[in-house]
Amino acid sequence: MPFIPHTEKDVADMLACVGVDRIEQLFEEIPPALRIAGVDGIPPALSEAEISRLMQTRARADGEPLCFLGAGAYDHYVPAVVWDIATRGEFYSAYTPYQAEASQGTLQVVYEFQTMLASLTGLDVSNASLYDGATAFAEACLMAVRANRVNKSRRILVPRLLSPVFRAVASGILAGQKVELVELPMLDGCTDIQALADFAGESGAAVVIQNPTFLGTLDKVDELTDWAHAHGALVIAVTNPTSLALLKPPGQWGQTGADIACGEGQPLGVPLSSGGPYFGFMVCRQALVRQMPGRIVGRTVDREGKPGFTLTLQAREQHIRRSRATSNICTNQGLIATAATIYMSLLGSSGLREVAVSCNVNTHALVDTLTAIPGVSRLFAAPFFHEAVLQLDRPVEAVLAELSAQGILGGYDLTADYPELGNALLVCATETRSASDIGKYAAALTKIFGAAV
Amino acid sequence: MSEILDNLLYTSDHEWLNLNDDGSVTVGISDHAQAALGELVFVEVPNVGDSFSAGDACAVVESVKAASDIYCPIAGTVVAVNAALADQPELVNGSPYENGWVFRLQPDDATVLDELLDADAYRELLAELED
Repeated sequence: MPFIPHTEKDVADMLACVGVDRIEQLFEEIPPALRIAGVDGIPPALSEAEISRLMQTRARADGEPLCFLGAGAYDHYVPAVVWDIATRGEFYSAYTPYQAEASQGTLQVVYEFQTMLASLTGLDVSNASLYDGATAFAEACLMAVRANRVNKSRRILVPRLLSPVFRAVASGILAGQKVELVELPMLDGCTDIQALADFAGESGAAVVIQNPTFLGTLDKVDELTDWAHAHGALVIAVTNPTSLALLKPPGQWGQTGADIACGEGQPLGVPLSSGGPYFGFMVCRQALVRQMPGRIVGRTVDREGKPGFTLTLQAREQHIRRSRATSNICTNQGLIATAATIYMSLLGSSGLREVAVSCNVNTHALVDTLTAIPGVSRLFAAPFFHEAVLQLDRPVEAVLAELSAQGILGGYDLTADYPELGNALLVCATETRSASDIGKYAAALTKIFGAAV
Repeated sequence: MSEILDNLLYTSDHEWLNLNDDGSVTVGISDHAQAALGELVFVEVPNVGDSFSAGDACAVVESVKAASDIYCPIAGTVVAVNAALADQPELVNGSPYENGWVFRLQPDDATVLDELLDADAYRELLAELED
């Protein structure tokens, strides 16, 4: 099915019907001064062959390194069938279906997606996905400020352990709406529970808990959730969907559970692809659904009593609520979310659990192997999921450069984001890393450390 | 023809007000407004204690086909809200002037009530709208 279904004859017929000759005439009421002929910095269009060549050149620049880098996007195995199905013509459109009468199949996929995310997070309602994890997080902050009817604060407490990318993107989006992110300090790789007392008088509209944390550790989610609720704040969970096959879901944190969960959906069947496109997810308790941004697909019955799917709760959205909508988001990341739905369907809960267990086991093996090298030690004693922080006895940047020269992507250099940790390196081994891969990393690192001493 | 009660005051945004004996004012939406919106599925009421200026959006009525703000007709502080609407938004459809009231306000200045429409003026407004 072509993306634009109108034939030239359709267009000509429509123009004749409204009595104009050319499409441009429809825009003539816009004053010329407000129209632009072109956008600076955007080069002329390329042909399909030219754009293919350009993109292949750029993709090749990434090489095919042995990847021990995580820090928010993960090198998981994506079964070939995922994208084989997702790129079928029936699904291969990046846009949300508006017409229920023409889009039952697509709507059902979105409905299944929402059901799976709600199950994984242990919460009631999921939206149809957002652009990426960082924007989903920013939307979750705005949602919490709107939804908290007890505490009208425009502050959000965020852990030092929150992804720096999420923090940067959210700060940019929230600044315009006068919402402020205030940092909770960390202690030994977890949020500092003792320090919470300093924030008791100004807990803000919400407390953010990232688990697993950006540094891979498991935070004290129950204590943090209960503290937030006791101080009139909502709880925003930022989480990795793969980890939820093993860990307690946000809906069960503390005595009453987190209120909103969000995160980056890339681990669910989306290739790294040089950085995107990925998708964001957002799930919440039923009571907050009218403050949730984005599209929601619901299941209903038609007038003959047959089940069907349709967009629902649209009065939250821009096309109805105008300037007072919950968000300017009025679409979803359709194709990528479709791939994630297929991935989750293929793996099932037991398959996803196997992936999560393998990641955990492999990262433990990686940490054990690398910390046997003199000059490499593990920084935090806190339990971790599939990433851990190593402390090196020398600057990380030079070590990563040497590993890179040997085809190894050795991890994420934390020096810039967490200078207080010294020479700290965040490493990850997903289910795709074998014992021999880990051996290669250890051998290369041993050589680097041996050579430099 | 929608029902208009003679003892109430109205706004051009189709809200009604009733001045209570204790000086507070009860606010709801008119029969005409509920009919125009259709079956209500959700009403978001303000918090008790919230203060509003005249014209502030202070509540939301959502029907199967639209969502509309209720604008605070006069400046004041909310002293009560109709909690029954949380589970039964349809009260506004069935009984817009009684069981479907939305909130009660303590006016900052009761004299501004004189500027609102009386029943006859509101009847005229609706007649103009229907023309």
